[in-house]
Amino acid sequence: MNTPLRRVSLAVMVLILLLLGQATWIQVVKADEYRADPRNARVLLDEYSRQRGQISAGGEVLAQSVQSPDPGDRLRYLRQYTDGPLYAPVTGYYSQIYGAGGMERAMDPVLNGTDDRLFVRRISDAVTGRDPAGGNVVLSIDPRIQRAAYEAMTSRGYQGSVVAIRPQTGEILAMVSTPSYDPNPLASHSGTTQQEAWNQLTEDDPPTLTNRAISETYPPGSTFKIVTTATALEAGAITPEAPVTAAPRITLPDSTTTLENYDGKPCGPGATVPFATAFAKSCNGPFANLAAQVGAERLRAMATSLGFENPGLTIPMPVQASRLGDLADGASTAQSGIGQRDVRLTPLQNAMIAATVANGGVTTAPQTVAQIQGQDLSTVEQTEPDSTGRAFSQSTANTLTQLMIGSENNGSGQGRIPGVQIASKTGTAEWGANPKTNPPHTWYDAFGPVPNPQIAVSVIVERGGNRGEEATGGSVASPIGRAVIAAALGGDN
Amino acid sequence: MTRPTAPGAGAPGVPGVERPADRTALRPAIAAAVSTRRGVELALLAFAAVITTGALVLVEANQEQELTWALLYLGAAYLALLALAHLAVRKFAPYADPLVLPLAALLNGIGLVMIHRIDLARIARAASLGNEEPAQEAVRQVGWTAIGLVFFVGVLWLVPDHRTLARYGYTAGFVGLILLALPAVLPASLSEVNGARIWIRVGPASIQPGEFAKILFVVFFASFLVVKRDLFTSAGKHFLGMTFPRPRDLGPLLVAWGVAMAVLVFESDLGTSLMFFGIVLVMLYVATERISWVIIGLTIFGAGAFAAWTFVSRVQVRVSVWLDPFADYNGRGFQVSQGLFGLATGGMGGTGLGAGRPELVPFSSTDFIFTSLGEEIGLVGLAALLVIYCVLATRAMRSALAVRDTFGKLLAAGLGWAIAWQVFVVVGGVINLIPNTGITAPFVSYGGSSLVANYALVALVLRVSNAARQPAQEKRPGTPAGPQSPLAPLAEASTEMVSRDQVRTPPQGVRPQDATAGPAGPAGHAGPGPGGHPASAHGPAPRGRTRGE
Repeated sequence: MNTPLRRVSLAVMVLILLLLGQATWIQVVKADEYRADPRNARVLLDEYSRQRGQISAGGEVLAQSVQSPDPGDRLRYLRQYTDGPLYAPVTGYYSQIYGAGGMERAMDPVLNGTDDRLFVRRISDAVTGRDPAGGNVVLSIDPRIQRAAYEAMTSRGYQGSVVAIRPQTGEILAMVSTPSYDPNPLASHSGTTQQEAWNQLTEDDPPTLTNRAISETYPPGSTFKIVTTATALEAGAITPEAPVTAAPRITLPDSTTTLENYDGKPCGPGATVPFATAFAKSCNGPFANLAAQVGAERLRAMATSLGFENPGLTIPMPVQASRLGDLADGASTAQSGIGQRDVRLTPLQNAMIAATVANGGVTTAPQTVAQIQGQDLSTVEQTEPDSTGRAFSQSTANTLTQLMIGSENNGSGQGRIPGVQIASKTGTAEWGANPKTNPPHTWYDAFGPVPNPQIAVSVIVERGGNRGEEATGGSVASPIGRAVIAAALGGDN
Repeated sequence: MTRPTAPGAGAPGVPGVERPADRTALRPAIAAAVSTRRGVELALLAFAAVITTGALVLVEANQEQELTWALLYLGAAYLALLALAHLAVRKFAPYADPLVLPLAALLNGIGLVMIHRIDLARIARAASLGNEEPAQEAVRQVGWTAIGLVFFVGVLWLVPDHRTLARYGYTAGFVGLILLALPAVLPASLSEVNGARIWIRVGPASIQPGEFAKILFVVFFASFLVVKRDLFTSAGKHFLGMTFPRPRDLGPLLVAWGVAMAVLVFESDLGTSLMFFGIVLVMLYVATERISWVIIGLTIFGAGAFAAWTFVSRVQVRVSVWLDPFADYNGRGFQVSQGLFGLATGGMGGTGLGAGRPELVPFSSTDFIFTSLGEEIGLVGLAALLVIYCVLATRAMRSALAVRDTFGKLLAAGLGWAIAWQVFVVVGGVINLIPNTGITAPFVSYGGSSLVANYALVALVLRVSNAARQPAQEKRPGTPAGPQSPLAPLAEASTEMVSRDQVRTPPQGVRPQDATAGPAGPAGHAGPGPGGHPASAHGPAPRGRTRGE
């Protein structure tokens, strides 16, 4: 009986060794990963013991940590947001219970001071005995533009998003999502305040916590015709003067399904119209035909080079990938060509498309962070513009610009800026299970001024804003886009 | 092997049992070789109290509580409590293993400190939310420690010889079965806590009968196997280099399997089921020396567990959480995920006692106390605790090796294994090595049943170890005094039937293998004793007997 006893003793030791092995796996090998997990509130709690860096834009401080007003508070620093709802889609929130979101999360290593780029400063803090503190993040956001976009949306009670980009650099100048929320209660040191705020925010309808600009994808509707046209121009399949069908409805290739223009009217008096007219009036038939003609492969290649199908994009917040869908047959390619079917993109992606046209066909990586600073506001790192490639030629860009000017000038022109030429494309996208009865999403993609564009902007107003089923991109979204461009150009709108 | 009975006591029932030469030659050697080592125990207990007090001071310092002399008084009170237990050991089991009680006391002390530390966090949290201050679990746990030590002393006092327990084997098994089954038959309102029906709730108190059933089952299986070993080691087929039992001999194993499965299905408790079956398998293996039993057992348990996984939703949940704790982070995976976050944040050295956030894990003072400890004392501290458990379990195994009667061997091995296996199931569960099961860590977790039962368990281990180390000629405390009752040589005492002894004449016939295989007894006197068999000569001969193989 002693042999098995010895073996059982051995088994006891093996069991303990297995436990030690697994403990080592978690506490040593996986430790960094779990420690840095945003759901791990422990790190957050530790971070309250030192001053977190500030987030600023254009000289305004958007988020900063101040000494907790309550002397008995176990958390030393309180996070405060100036103009919370205005900047919430960018700054995100910083909550003891619910972790962090937005920039607070994406730039966390810098803000909490653990980033490697701040290493030297950490050492000097330790040597000089200065209280350790996080680095600061300076955003490319222009407060004037951001405020103009936010106020244009909220004053009308619109639900949606505005993204503005500097075409040459990819710097994001405005990123608005409405309705928005105030991150201050989430940063409260009172558990109940945080809980109540969180429960309220997560139940909000329409949702407020979601940053529509980068976390939601929508059907682009007619704004996608820019992509279809770019593909066709690159393929040599179309010119602005070429005659295209003016029929009010066409039959989709490989099917019996018909597709009609937005208002069901013909595009012109005759059988054909010049392509430029079809673009300006946004007639559906010619673009469906063009998409089917150039084919799924070319359309996808163009969309991908413009930034579609990229799940890894960060600005540095992760951006939801925009998708083209299956394009399985001619009919679906044709429908996708007018931005319906399964095409889904983020407002950021649509702004990137406008920016690429404005930038002569060259894409640039979108960025929100302009600069990383040390605790003492000295520059640690400056973000450089990052050209990511050429999506189409300069001449295609020029043609597109002219076509978009035609589109801009064809519209109602509400809010037009005197002396400033804008190039734009509107969109009115059907969505949901009952596309004919839902109020459509309305879009406005634009850049200006031509010839030297300084800003590209994409506006989406969900559910037709206040116009219900009658809403169109031209009537609802475009005045907002123009107001944003006006603000960027120093106008007094 | 026989050894001389105590000089002076003689062996009147068996003429010629000793020779004068032995008497003179062995007396001084025994006295020199065997010390009680109680002094070592006391020193180690003091050491445990010092570590516990130091840990308490660290918690208070890191939690920015006022450091007062009261902390030292607490430490001293803890030491006093342990000293009482020590005195009981001195009186009732003077030759017991000196490591076992200090190890248990150290685990208990560290557990108390961590429970107190989590109390502080819960109080702070209640204050920040404006709630009423919660009751302090540590205060109750100190009460349970006292009750546990009463049980400890009680078992040492009431069980002067572990072999008497063999007499109550079937009673123990029956009571154990009732305790195990009770929560399943009681209405859920009286038995269900957090989805597992392993409790009996009476008023404000709730006990986990499974903790006590564990010990009773070990007693039952030890006595059962002592009698029925032959059944399990008789004919069998050789296959793959192992001897497999005949199908008809599988009965008892199948019964145990059935009980384990019933617990799993009706009480939704993977932990108790695993505990129970693991103990049965290992005791069967120790008794039969056949690994084939373990293989058969694991196979049928695996099949049963697979079936349970298919049909019992609670088991499915546990398994899916085990495979990916973060998949349902905000739901069922929350506890394990938070535990892993805690462990990872602690890392190698830990955050320091009182400086972490163990309270973020639900049940951080009971089932998940090991993630709390892992967070604050790190991998290093966790390893130390696991090694303490390892030493505790292997000391029990060592007593099993040293003791000379089969029942004692099986009892000590079963109890030692129960500790190690429970630690594996609990700690493995919270660090996600195996599916989490929801039972408590012996001595460390908050919980009265567990603490009291484990102190009783340790008392039994001490009882066996006392028998293993006790010099043969010394009187056992608690046995009727008098010339008729010298300590019987243990091996012989329980390995031969009296009736058969009388038939058997040659002394060489008495040769129980356990005695020869084990470490030589303190008397160190080998060889068959002259004259008749001493089994007939000793006092309290237990009824549970084994035969030599």
